[in-house]
Amino acid sequence: MAITGLIMVGFLLMHMYGNLKVFLGADSFNHYAEWLKGDILYPLVPSGVFIWVFRVFLLVAIVAHIWSAAVLTGRAHAARSSKYAVTKRLSQTYAARTMRWGGVILAGFLVFHLLQFTAQVVTTGFQAGATPYDMVIASFSQWWVTLAYAVWVAIVCLHVRHGVWSALTTLGANTSPKARAFLNGLAWVIAIVLFVGFMIMPLAVQFGWVK
Amino acid sequence: MIINLRVWRQANAQSAGKMVSYRVENVSEDMSFLEMLDLLNEDLTVKGEEPIAFDHDCREGICGMCGVVINGAAHGRASSPVPTTTCQLHMRSFADGATIDVEPWRAGAFPVIKDLVVDRTAFDRIIQAGGFISINAGSAPEAHSVPAPKIQADRAFDAATCIGCGACVAACPNGSGMLFTAAKITHLAMLPQGQPERYTRVKTMLAQHDADGFGGCTNIGECAAVCPKSIPLDTISALNRDLMKSLFRKDGK
Amino acid sequence: MTVTDFFQRGADIRDTKAPAGAIEKKWATRKFQAALVNPANRRKLSIIVVGTGLAGGAAAATLGEAGYNVLNFCYQDSPRRAHSIAAQGGINAAKNYRNDNDSTMRLFYDTVKGGDYRARETNVYRLAEVSANIIDQCVAQGVPFAREYGGLLDNRSFGGVQVQRTFYARGQTGQQLLIGAYQSLERQVAAGTVKMHARHEMLELILVDGRARGIVTRNMVTGAIEAHTADAVVLATGGYGNVFFLSTNAMGCNITASWRAHRKGAYMANPCYTQIHPTCIPVHGDTQSKLTLMSESLRNDGRIWVPKRAEDCAKDPRQIPEEDRDYYLERIYPAFGNLVPRDIASRQAKNMCDEGRGVGPAVEEVDHVTGEKRQVRRGVYLDFASAIERMGQKAVETKYGNLFDMYAQITGENPYETPMRIYPAVHYTMGGLWVDYDLMSSITGLYVAGEANFSDHGANRLGASALMQGLADGYFVLPNTINDYLSKAPFDKVEQDHPAVVEALAAVNERIGRLLSIQGTRTVDSFHKELGNIMWEYCGMERTEEGLTFAIGRIRELREEFWSNVKVTGVNEDFNQTLERAGRVADFLELGELMCVDALVRRESCGGHFRAESQTEDGEALRHDDEFLHVSAWEYTGAGKAPILHKEPLEYEFIELKQRSYK
Repeated sequence: MAITGLIMVGFLLMHMYGNLKVFLGADSFNHYAEWLKGDILYPLVPSGVFIWVFRVFLLVAIVAHIWSAAVLTGRAHAARSSKYAVTKRLSQTYAARTMRWGGVILAGFLVFHLLQFTAQVVTTGFQAGATPYDMVIASFSQWWVTLAYAVWVAIVCLHVRHGVWSALTTLGANTSPKARAFLNGLAWVIAIVLFVGFMIMPLAVQFGWVK
Repeated sequence: MIINLRVWRQANAQSAGKMVSYRVENVSEDMSFLEMLDLLNEDLTVKGEEPIAFDHDCREGICGMCGVVINGAAHGRASSPVPTTTCQLHMRSFADGATIDVEPWRAGAFPVIKDLVVDRTAFDRIIQAGGFISINAGSAPEAHSVPAPKIQADRAFDAATCIGCGACVAACPNGSGMLFTAAKITHLAMLPQGQPERYTRVKTMLAQHDADGFGGCTNIGECAAVCPKSIPLDTISALNRDLMKSLFRKDGK
Repeated sequence: MTVTDFFQRGADIRDTKAPAGAIEKKWATRKFQAALVNPANRRKLSIIVVGTGLAGGAAAATLGEAGYNVLNFCYQDSPRRAHSIAAQGGINAAKNYRNDNDSTMRLFYDTVKGGDYRARETNVYRLAEVSANIIDQCVAQGVPFAREYGGLLDNRSFGGVQVQRTFYARGQTGQQLLIGAYQSLERQVAAGTVKMHARHEMLELILVDGRARGIVTRNMVTGAIEAHTADAVVLATGGYGNVFFLSTNAMGCNITASWRAHRKGAYMANPCYTQIHPTCIPVHGDTQSKLTLMSESLRNDGRIWVPKRAEDCAKDPRQIPEEDRDYYLERIYPAFGNLVPRDIASRQAKNMCDEGRGVGPAVEEVDHVTGEKRQVRRGVYLDFASAIERMGQKAVETKYGNLFDMYAQITGENPYETPMRIYPAVHYTMGGLWVDYDLMSSITGLYVAGEANFSDHGANRLGASALMQGLADGYFVLPNTINDYLSKAPFDKVEQDHPAVVEALAAVNERIGRLLSIQGTRTVDSFHKELGNIMWEYCGMERTEEGLTFAIGRIRELREEFWSNVKVTGVNEDFNQTLERAGRVADFLELGELMCVDALVRRESCGGHFRAESQTEDGEALRHDDEFLHVSAWEYTGAGKAPILHKEPLEYEFIELKQRSYK
């Protein structure tokens, strides 16, 4: 759970960084997308192979993450079959409490996201086969896409808020009350960086700063 | 004071239970929570009704036998300014006329025996699985033959103050017993005497923890928040470190 | 009635197991002379151990390690809950780590002197001798004793002795030692040598041909009455301080196991020897269920006082000027002041309150003789104002912070601002089942360990010695003596249909049936509280012939009323805490009478108790070595019949008898 989660957090940070290329203009952005799909590690591996290796790697991480979550959830339900009439929360964060349903919602959005930008089955204001830059501009020019995207990123960041802290703790990093505070702070920082980083681009498009 | 109680009544492990309301009069604010229950029980007995069953023994916060969920928090932690056991919670923490909900620990690994009494023998089984140092009486070396650095010895002590009450499990949304298990792992891992079995211990104890039906830890932190002895959450991280190390060691396989 | 009407005289008894010779050699000689059990034969033998505290837990674990089949019982839900866990201060051991003239001989001497010369020399010497091994054993188990920066164990001085020999783990020494024993015990459970029966209460002893061969227990969850048989039985069931209702004991502590054995022939020795601890948090009202002790170390810096005038007692103590305060211990005992021994500090506190100068909430008390009611304040001030002035609040906080927090949590008062209130409470019982040097009682095959035996503390116990004795008995003494008896085993197997088993089961069932059938109007607790009041008033810190005679009569009436008017709800075949308590209180009602008889016969002031008829001209305790230099071992003769007193004369070969003085 911890390792696969951290892999995905790493991917998100990369993804966010790549998104910001939109501010460098259409060519730069499209070229970047091209490089992602075809040129990484080329000519060490044939063109277009690495992206598939990477996709399989991520997919395994996602499946393993979901599988671990399912096992943990199953055990938790068995370990807590009867419910309290009253529950008072003393320490748990909203993020911690929403990890499970939040995760399921996330996965749903992810499928939509892939259908939208990768498979281009669901198109939001662009033609299948459009350049990545055009796809982005066309999609986020529509207010409802930006809004849906904002909701999704918020949920992602909430998930990351507890996930980063929890993953690092599981991996043994919580060595003292001070470390606990630091890890929680770090999780907040990563979550906020991701939120800001992911939202700048759609908002820029929405408000017409990027065309 | 007058206190209105809603108490979980359950005849035995097989039957279903329900919350039942009682009114307790002449409660003094100097009474402990359990003395208030005593008062109610005396009254019920005189009326010929069955008194409420609850576990308790030392009534000074050290044996770990008492423990109920009060207003949704284990040991009534939400009503107390300091970490507490149920027996050390006093009625001055409540307002006159208050309604208080009292429930047993609820966890799959702690089945209800009767009313507020649960079966915590799963904790004993976790200790049996390795929560000890293998030493027979008579074979101990001279106490000063192995110095133990004070900092580690103090940390061992902090972890060893666990009273095994089970509040951590009761409070955990996952019904996990990781804080209890981690406290024992940390206690023994911090002492030179605990080293030889350190990496086998963590695996066997954790395996027993899982086998007994406790849930997994997702680092929510409710356990440490209710712990009457303030066992820190970082003991769980320490357990995880030892567990990971054990995966790469012969003695941990 | 005169004193002699209450008992019969029996023949003197003696310990026959301690070998002759120099005291330093006795234990080694005994271990050498004891018959052995071949390791291969141990697994064919079984031992019942009742209790899982320091003595019982340690004994069960150690006997399991030796390879015997051990059946271990406790009334709590886990062996880790036994009340040894509540001991705060520390554990003595003659390690001489401080290089301050300590030795086995000095610990031996201090213990005998602390017991006011009423303990058996041979046992006490052995206790001092094995004390050092206990520390080694516990450290090896991972008990986190306090350490210094060099990594070595820290020691402190405790209980008024002049050497630093007390090992401690903050204020939770008992807890840490018990957890150590518990872990060893669970290791044996995992190894299969110990079978643990938690939530089982012993209700009867099974005797076959005069030997202890088993016990009858009640499964406290299902109510099942079961017989368990073995080759030997060990009782490590703790003390009986709860006969006073209010004590520092756990709520479940009881005399039932020992009392059932006593009724079957085990002598009860010195039952009137109780230790009363001066620094407990006072009673808040009539619904109080137990008392909490605060470490005696508070007396090192706190000053004890009451108002000089009774009319000041309800005032805020901060409003009472210095000249209106009576620092009575400093006044009466200028040499020792607030550090006088426990019994003196306790008794003087009671005297002040009896005079009407106590402080705290006034509680209604009934004079049992006249039936008169009066309001009495039961508390004295323990004031840290001058200590805070002298050392600063910070230093006081460092030294006593945890105790102050505990006081604040229980009373809701801030002890840094207002003086604490304290009052004495029953803490430990030195009396118990009589045992010989091997710890065998007067019933063959029945061993008694820890606080449950009359043991090593004489008429008063030295601070930090209870933990030492429990662990000494469990880890080192019993496992080296019980083999002498078991070398003759295995005895004929006792089947479930053996007449002795059937009879014991029937007796238990009949008694439970009776308790459930009375369906009277008074609750078990109301009887227990009344018994406790009588005991505290007449068989507590200060005793008189008149009071004790009255108490015996009153206890008899109360017992009669109990058996005709007690209300026990529910049924046996259930988790029934009222029924559990009823059985325990029924036995306390019998024990209480014997304690009063013992106190009545012992017409001397000694150790923890003060007999008003035996005092010096200036009102101090006066011992009578000419008449009472003996252990009083009582034999049960049947319900309502006068018990038989057997005396075990005490011989002091190695230590000279002295009268103590603290003025």
